[in-house]
Amino acid sequence: MTVTQAVPLVEMHNIRVAFGGVHAVDDVSIDLNAGEVMGLVGGNGAGKSTLMRALSGAHVADSGEIRIDGQPQTIGNPRDAKSFNIETIYQTLALADNIDAPANVFLGRETTTRWGNLDDGAMENATRQVMGRLNPNFTNFHSAVKSLSGGQRQAVAIARAVYFNARILIMDEPTAALGPAETAQVRDLIRQLKTEGIGIFLISHDIHDVFDLSDRISVMYHGKIVDTVVKANVTTDEVLAMIILGKKPTEVTREELAELHA
Amino acid sequence: MTDVAGNAPGQAPAVPRLSAGRLLAATEVDLRLFGMVAALIVILLGFHFVSGGKFLQPVNMMTLAVQASGTAIMATGMVLVIVSRNIDLSVGSVVGFIAMSYALLMTDWLPDVLGIALGSPFMWVIALAFGVGLGILFGGFQGFLIAYVGVPSFIVTLGGLLAIRGAVWQLSQGAAVSGLDSTFQKIGGGALGSLGGDLSWGVGVVASLAIVYLLTYNRRQRRKFGFAVRPMWAEVLLGVVGCLAVLGLAYVANANVWPPGLATRFAVEHGITEPPGGLKIPVGFPWPIVLVIGVTLAMSVLATRRRFGRFVYAYGGNPEAAELGGINTRWTIMKTFVLMGILAAIAAAIAAARLNGSTLDVGQSDELYVIAAAVVGGTSFAGGIGTIPGAVLGAFVMQSLAYGLAFMGVNSPTQNIVAGIVLILAVGFDTYNRRRASR
Repeated sequence: MTVTQAVPLVEMHNIRVAFGGVHAVDDVSIDLNAGEVMGLVGGNGAGKSTLMRALSGAHVADSGEIRIDGQPQTIGNPRDAKSFNIETIYQTLALADNIDAPANVFLGRETTTRWGNLDDGAMENATRQVMGRLNPNFTNFHSAVKSLSGGQRQAVAIARAVYFNARILIMDEPTAALGPAETAQVRDLIRQLKTEGIGIFLISHDIHDVFDLSDRISVMYHGKIVDTVVKANVTTDEVLAMIILGKKPTEVTREELAELHA
Repeated sequence: MTDVAGNAPGQAPAVPRLSAGRLLAATEVDLRLFGMVAALIVILLGFHFVSGGKFLQPVNMMTLAVQASGTAIMATGMVLVIVSRNIDLSVGSVVGFIAMSYALLMTDWLPDVLGIALGSPFMWVIALAFGVGLGILFGGFQGFLIAYVGVPSFIVTLGGLLAIRGAVWQLSQGAAVSGLDSTFQKIGGGALGSLGGDLSWGVGVVASLAIVYLLTYNRRQRRKFGFAVRPMWAEVLLGVVGCLAVLGLAYVANANVWPPGLATRFAVEHGITEPPGGLKIPVGFPWPIVLVIGVTLAMSVLATRRRFGRFVYAYGGNPEAAELGGINTRWTIMKTFVLMGILAAIAAAIAAARLNGSTLDVGQSDELYVIAAAVVGGTSFAGGIGTIPGAVLGAFVMQSLAYGLAFMGVNSPTQNIVAGIVLILAVGFDTYNRRRASR
């Protein structure tokens, strides 16, 4: 294990989320330190996104405890999460297609003038600056985001999470819609944010992404955590086996492993 | 300042070439709105020629505008309701109920209970406050059921349409009520309910100054952040056209003069000897038109310059994104219905004042005309799309068709047939254009 800091940035203890009797997340505990990337992997329906939705306030957990900086906190809606500087890039991007990029970046946190009117100039200006960092080719600040390309839409979603001084960043499949060059940009960004001391939960289907970027990896299987491992101590094969079989490497029999490779 | 925002990355800058389309684009005028103004002008000119040059007279224009005022005012609220993926079918009944309340309040309740007689200077204020309060109650209750309880708006407001219309009958026991406060009656327009010559010119001048100020302010804001600005000639063109339109309206309003009988009585009462051909007193903007202008401005600010409006549009575009963005979506939805109730109270005041009372069927079918106006004005039932000025123009387009056909002596069933076909054609054309543009 790495030398752990005094108090983790985020601790989620015994989280349960059920949808009509189906335990999407079943008694899961996970933690995250500042400046750490925690890879969260697992098959479809393993409960990764649901677990993170409990942290981002999109879906309230049925039971369990969330601690931020060691303090127990209640996250009942997305506003609560944002008040703890928890920012989320959703797999669906969660963009309002009919409004432009600055309006989406500032959605729910609009800048206003002294009179309480929307300060569109200031918001566009700030968006131009963030975009200059994320995607310098982005110039389309006045069209509805509906008309943007997949990569540009992703950039808008990332800009929204990065602009507001996130301390805890949840990235749910951040590179799913991106081409190779844009994916490299996002990887650079994750490394940069990490050095700034931001804790990142990274959900990804791409095992190589996770291995490249994560410090630790948590594997989920049918709503439970199989194991949380330090990346340096495992191989991709071992992690793949955990994802597919739902067992720790030490519990896997030789037959099962052989079948996996067949 | 050569950077044209909106160019796709890597696309070569367009070679400037002179064409009507390009000139229009430089002014950044909303094309759909421009098309609607053009359609309105074509309709008015069309009736003018078909009627042998009798249609375009100040008195016709002002009557038409006053008739459309209630629909136009409510359409501004209906835009926000439809943009946020709901519908309000109850507005006609709400108008009926509040109009009847105004009438009963002024004829019975206030004089009998509080001893405030007709003609008291506060009566119209109390009545209006009461009506707006009722509108907030109706809108708030229905909005609560829709936003917090989760009953579909179609069902809630369909129930509202039936129940509130029934309540109108209960309120007056089936009787028509008449005889309102004379100040309140001015809300309905007419020669006495208008601004008069000087004030109307004043409104025109103030509006012109506001246009110039907004254009300069906008340009300065864009400069401040180094964004692209319109070419100077486009700014000047917009300013000149805007001011001419506003002052032109004031001119038309003032070209409308008091009816001869009323003018003669006024002359006698004030000891003026009437000049040959009669005393010409300009009517100016009727109060309903002033209300339409005020409501349009206020609602436009609310829709485009305030956070509430941003929330409404964001919710219409993607309800989940709005929720995840931390917007209190339920409260936002409830507020759109409260707003609709307030606007219905204003429309009810115009209706009651014009009738000098109220009957059982005031506001009947208003919901359909209001929805039609919003939809003709470019509001989409898919949510997230629609503008306030578009809806107001939509109301005037529909009303000018109805008024023009009536002017030509076409009977009202035929008017309805035309209105229905125009509604479908307008939306069909709009859908076709949108689909072509998104390719």
